Amino acid sequence: MKKSVYSMCGMCTVRCPIRVESEDNQVTWIEGNPHLLAGALCAKGTAGIALLNDSQRPQQPLIRAGARGSGRWREATWDEALDYVADKLKAIKNQYGPESVVLSSRGGPWQGMYKAFIHAFGSPNYTNHDCTCGRNTHHASLSINGVGRKGFAYDIKNAKHLVLFGRDMFSALRIAENNQTLDMLEKGGRLTYVDVRQTMTGAKATRFFQVRPGTDYALALGVIHEVIKREYYDKGFIAQYVTGFEELCDFIEQYTPAWTAKQCGIKEKDLLAFVDEIGEDRPSVIFHPGWNLARYQDSFYASRAMHILNVLMGNIEMKGGLFIPKGASDCGKAGIRSIDCGKPDIRRGDGVGWKYNHFDKGPGLAHLFFENMLKEDPYPIKAWIAMRHDLCSGMPDPQAQKLALDKCDLLVSIDTNYSEFGWYSDVILPESTYLERDTPIVQQKGLKPRLSLRRKAVEPKYDTKANWEIFTELAARLDLEETFPFKSIEELWAWQLEPTGYTIADFEEKGFVELSDKDIFYDRDKLDGKFGTPSGKIEIVSEKLDQAGLVSLKPFEAPPAPEKGMLRLIYGKVAVHTQGHTTNNPMLSELMPTNTAWINTRQAKKLGVETGDLVEISSSDHSYNATVEALVTDHVHPEAVFVYHGFGKEIPRQTRSLHAGVSDQKLMIGKLDDWDQAGGGINLCQVFVHVKKSIRNTKRRVEL
Amino acid sequence: MKKYMIHLNSRRCIACHGCEVHCKANKNLPVGPFLCTIHCTPLQKVGGVPKTEITFSHCRHCEDPLCVPACPTNAMIQRDDGIVYVDAEKCIGCMACQKACPWEIPVQNPDTDKAVKCDMCMDRLDAGLKPACVTKCTTHALKLVTLECA
Repeated sequence: MKKSVYSMCGMCTVRCPIRVESEDNQVTWIEGNPHLLAGALCAKGTAGIALLNDSQRPQQPLIRAGARGSGRWREATWDEALDYVADKLKAIKNQYGPESVVLSSRGGPWQGMYKAFIHAFGSPNYTNHDCTCGRNTHHASLSINGVGRKGFAYDIKNAKHLVLFGRDMFSALRIAENNQTLDMLEKGGRLTYVDVRQTMTGAKATRFFQVRPGTDYALALGVIHEVIKREYYDKGFIAQYVTGFEELCDFIEQYTPAWTAKQCGIKEKDLLAFVDEIGEDRPSVIFHPGWNLARYQDSFYASRAMHILNVLMGNIEMKGGLFIPKGASDCGKAGIRSIDCGKPDIRRGDGVGWKYNHFDKGPGLAHLFFENMLKEDPYPIKAWIAMRHDLCSGMPDPQAQKLALDKCDLLVSIDTNYSEFGWYSDVILPESTYLERDTPIVQQKGLKPRLSLRRKAVEPKYDTKANWEIFTELAARLDLEETFPFKSIEELWAWQLEPTGYTIADFEEKGFVELSDKDIFYDRDKLDGKFGTPSGKIEIVSEKLDQAGLVSLKPFEAPPAPEKGMLRLIYGKVAVHTQGHTTNNPMLSELMPTNTAWINTRQAKKLGVETGDLVEISSSDHSYNATVEALVTDHVHPEAVFVYHGFGKEIPRQTRSLHAGVSDQKLMIGKLDDWDQAGGGINLCQVFVHVKKSIRNTKRRVEL
Repeated sequence: MKKYMIHLNSRRCIACHGCEVHCKANKNLPVGPFLCTIHCTPLQKVGGVPKTEITFSHCRHCEDPLCVPACPTNAMIQRDDGIVYVDAEKCIGCMACQKACPWEIPVQNPDTDKAVKCDMCMDRLDAGLKPACVTKCTTHALKLVTLECA
């Protein structure tokens, strides 16, 4: 039987809207939702079919039979596995208290459900992957605008100039945003790209700055200096909504274009020409405040500087600028209900909210658990449930993580794939792929807010379950039915939609429900109350930071250069993979089965390395090594060695990705504790590694 | 006679390789054969920005195809609208077509041992749809062009 459903992609966390065709329970076609993306879909999106049909994913619940990480599993029924997990959780709760259980996820629109589960269980310890991603940007936005990083969105299509500091958007691939950017370029708009290496985004740019690693903040300071000096800022907007402008003017005086050019290794005249362009294009200049800025010790301040540049442009709540995403209430409509449970009044195990008061309490900071786990301070952590969060691939130094995880009596991985964490865990609860599962309804904020959901296109191929089923069935075993009372997804959808007046049938036509038929902008003269800072204004100088003993305007400190024989490790993303999630996908691994080491031509000459030669990359203490091919290029900074993230995996059941390439996380020895005290993100680019030509390049032949 | 062309707007193309996978998935191809490819030239500075030239290649559907007469079983067929395709029923997998083609376009499908090549997704065209690579191009850089006589 042929079937067509609208759904949401699950190959990466952008979750593009899709339409899926199937016949006799086999997916035959996936395309971008024609109503929103006109069919557009990336390679990863189409490779969802390969994920679905991949036999190298967990096919039934697995319970560990050997030592942790040994890869010895016994197959279990769902009842057996869920009973096992529930019994362990009950025993841990009785002996150590509910707070000794941590639940982490990737984040995303359904994290409320995961959070509700752990809160209902009695633990405040919900966390997510954001300490290795957007926390610095998020906290930077909170400190200035009083709203998180998603408190603003970008009307790129109508902008005249988009400025990206290392935001490699044509590799990260948000399809709608990518098309907006290309539309802007087609209309004559400008794109300025800043990075330590050239990327596809930079190749599409009208201006490219290849900067010294760790100097984004210096560049942003130099731009602010020139923008203020030339009075390229919106005086009216600043007078109406901004505090701390005078302090900024005093602070920025020292950061001249000549100083900036020297710090960043760029030409002063290029910087001045860039500011000329800003003068022409303002106020429709968008400075993207960064996405994954868990990179350098000053990334939080770099992101603040980018936010400040937007404020100076006065580009907020206008066409071609930043806008506040609108929800149901902005359309005069009632919002949906969602599964929720308040946070128990217990101190978090990561210290957020009592030791660290300037961070968002929501997901806390995952990396801050580990040291506390070893010290059992403020209390022991005895279980970690990872909901599609591969801590061991995402965070530095998995061996150090495992020392802390060894303090746990229970490690549970809920995932569609085997993960490095899952491989070390005690129980794997296999989640159905996104093509095989329904999800609760979510609100997607924007200029035209929508309600959307994921619908299963086919029945599960293996003995797997949807995430809501897993949590509901665990909840039933733990007496948490009050939070998870729903017996079917239809019942849950009906309850969610009840206040809105919509029914699930309203999603049939397009796969979503549009809450407004036109773009909603607030009156730009009446933005008071939209900024959640203590003063209600955009605060360039933040009292909250002062209270935490942090400065608002931090002087730039030049990053250290690598020692002889070492290079700074820089990682990034590629358009055909979603970090470590897809490196074993049959279709995507064919496109890119491994990563290489990008080395600057000058450095490569010193090392005697040419493109295609094998190089050995070793962690600072030589405890992790990998041998990969070199890619020699002028277009990576001489201080850096660049690798794509997500490779170097060591899961034997994933034969395509097993030992393919180098893992950046495993090179980051001791770096779990190297984090940004102001922004909360881990400093993932403050890692130096040894690089040398491999002995394996021999041309001699001994074998017959 | 030749009616269709696939055109790449290289200014919009971001070399995401989506087309290659959209094609393979639509044709249900295993690891090995690709029926279209994206190629990027090495980065070279243009006006201070390292740039790459991106090209899309697939079967050229020649007006006068060399693969058609080379096929011993008449499995390589040229339609009236110029589309050159393999009739899998007749193909014996000898790959004479590949040897005859100056660009070695036809490739062997390891699952079936038969020749396979771009057929412009003629089943989709005949159903009023566009080829898979065009329909799903991430940035709408690929376009199906219908040629008309002046």
